[in-house]
Amino acid sequence: MRVLQRLLGVPRIGWAFVAPNLAVLGLFTFLPIAINFHYALTGGAQLYPTERPFVGGENFAILFECTNHFDPSTCRKDLFWRAVYNTGSFAMLQVALMVLFSLITALVLNRKILGRGFFRGVFFYPVLLSPVVVALIWKWILQREGVLNALVQSAGGTGIEWLNVSGWAFSWTVFVSIWAHMGFYTLILLAGLQAIPADLYEAAQMDHASPWRRFSRITLPLLMPSLLVVIVLALIRAVQVFDEVFVLTGGGPGSATLFVVQFIYQTAFAESIRLYGIAAAASLVLAFTLLVLTLVQLRVTRRSVDGGRDA
Amino acid sequence: MPDLRTLLTATRGRGRFDWTDWFTYGYLLLGIVLMLAPVLWLVLSSFKTAAALNEFPPRLLPYGPKSVTVPGRSDPAPVFRVKLPDGTTQELAELRRIGIQATMVDPAHPSDEVRVNIRDREPVREFRLATENYTELFGQFQFGRFLWNSVFITVVATLITLLFNAMAAFALSKYRFRGRKVAFLVILATLMIPPTIVLVPNFFVASSLGLLNSPWGVIWPAVATPTGVFLLRQYMLTLPDELIDAARMDHASEWRIFWRIVLPLSAPALAVLAIFSVMWRWNDFLWPLVVLSKTEDFTLQLALNAFQGELTTQWHFLLAMTVLTLLPVTIVFAFLQGYITTGIASSGVK
Repeated sequence: MRVLQRLLGVPRIGWAFVAPNLAVLGLFTFLPIAINFHYALTGGAQLYPTERPFVGGENFAILFECTNHFDPSTCRKDLFWRAVYNTGSFAMLQVALMVLFSLITALVLNRKILGRGFFRGVFFYPVLLSPVVVALIWKWILQREGVLNALVQSAGGTGIEWLNVSGWAFSWTVFVSIWAHMGFYTLILLAGLQAIPADLYEAAQMDHASPWRRFSRITLPLLMPSLLVVIVLALIRAVQVFDEVFVLTGGGPGSATLFVVQFIYQTAFAESIRLYGIAAAASLVLAFTLLVLTLVQLRVTRRSVDGGRDA
Repeated sequence: MPDLRTLLTATRGRGRFDWTDWFTYGYLLLGIVLMLAPVLWLVLSSFKTAAALNEFPPRLLPYGPKSVTVPGRSDPAPVFRVKLPDGTTQELAELRRIGIQATMVDPAHPSDEVRVNIRDREPVREFRLATENYTELFGQFQFGRFLWNSVFITVVATLITLLFNAMAAFALSKYRFRGRKVAFLVILATLMIPPTIVLVPNFFVASSLGLLNSPWGVIWPAVATPTGVFLLRQYMLTLPDELIDAARMDHASEWRIFWRIVLPLSAPALAVLAIFSVMWRWNDFLWPLVVLSKTEDFTLQLALNAFQGELTTQWHFLLAMTVLTLLPVTIVFAFLQGYITTGIASSGVK
């Protein structure tokens, strides 16, 4: 460092301090982005980029080849389209429910209740658990001879193989991912709620406004910026769903819970012929979706910051 | 005179106990059951024997066969509830069994042996924690190996993360060099590039650097976190520049200023990042799954995933292993809840 300091001079030694961080990012983030394009435009199962034959847009053409894009079974890569549709419906359902329940939880936790810190901890705790642990906790409950079926039977129903019936398996992936991540969004909304000035509520109280009116006329409009941030963040995460679902259902039964990231993982790493090109092309499709969502997010955050300045 | 109901349900400061209060406490009650019961069920189940785990419907608490020591015998003998020929039932210990005939004895009167048909008896069970699920883990499954892999990756990655991120944050907050803003933006921009979309090329980079099937293949790609740089830079901006100027007067080298002055003063922010980094690395799944393919290199997360996928899942070991995997995170959370929640609320990243 001393030598560097003499060589560069004091202000420019800043570069030496940033260098390790930038080197790692360059090697494992920026360089891979460039190579990803190369993989997407080349074919074959070789890993080394120079050994791969150039095929142009063929990988994309293979991914998008369908007689009818609304029916995955008519597509050449039917699994990809199933994964796309599954991811789409998962994202919409999961985000809508998660935002709804995070909002209710944040509202409840924002009240003057006994043991508030404790309850906050309870709702937040699952966020810290690893996806594998989350999946195993629920797998143990949902298995054929699990506690849920015991409860169902003692209530007079018949047991169901929750993770072996398409509709149920899909619903449970939605439920489990909400269970695991809700606390995170609750925390952001709670911070937003606490930024709302208390005197607004006192004024409303004076005017005998009903709880519903207080919520719809004060809380909701002032919380809107945080809510938008939460919606976009949750969407970005939902589109990339993988870990919990992969351990919980493995994408099954059939392809009922196969999502795009698992499609990429399987195509590139779990098949006997590793089609890196197809996987890279699918990654680019996913990256494009995320780019659009991120741009939306930047717009939303900027507007919410500006909105905050206006208020 | 206010009636009893108003008196009981009155809340301090506000008027009556209205529907919103009922809803609040109802929701909290439901929430606590839904959030905690699954984890508690896992912990309770992990203390059940393999036989008890196969029972359906399951019992709430772990039970195991009861046994007593009979005077004059070294091994504990299993206890059965026996229906005697005279119609009474009694708890007797089994001494030995030949075919369908068992020789039983009352532990209080070890000399009076009784012969019974095994159809006339059933095992007595008592509350017992099957701690052998945990103790046998260390012998089976290479559990110690997985634990070591996880601990090694978590600790080393966190140390390097702290060093690299603090260095970058120091430069970005205390020097005015050309391209400083660009460097900061470039680092922050990586927040928007999730690792899921560079999976294939990253695998190639890791493989050409010889990092496949090595813990370093998990460590290196993870150490340059934009969140960490951001968090530390914001904190270091609040440190007075006069301290650094004073050190320069004393001819301290720039590295010394960083190591001896800025780093110790940034301890609170470093602590927050350390907690985050430990959680991230401990819970990592997809990238290790791609990089580590040999069983002996597996982290705990990968081992759990591999064993749950086996045809005959040994749930009694799997559950105990799951509990041990969630234990460190739970302990960290119990003690440092405040740090974690404020850290997330202020940076918006988990």
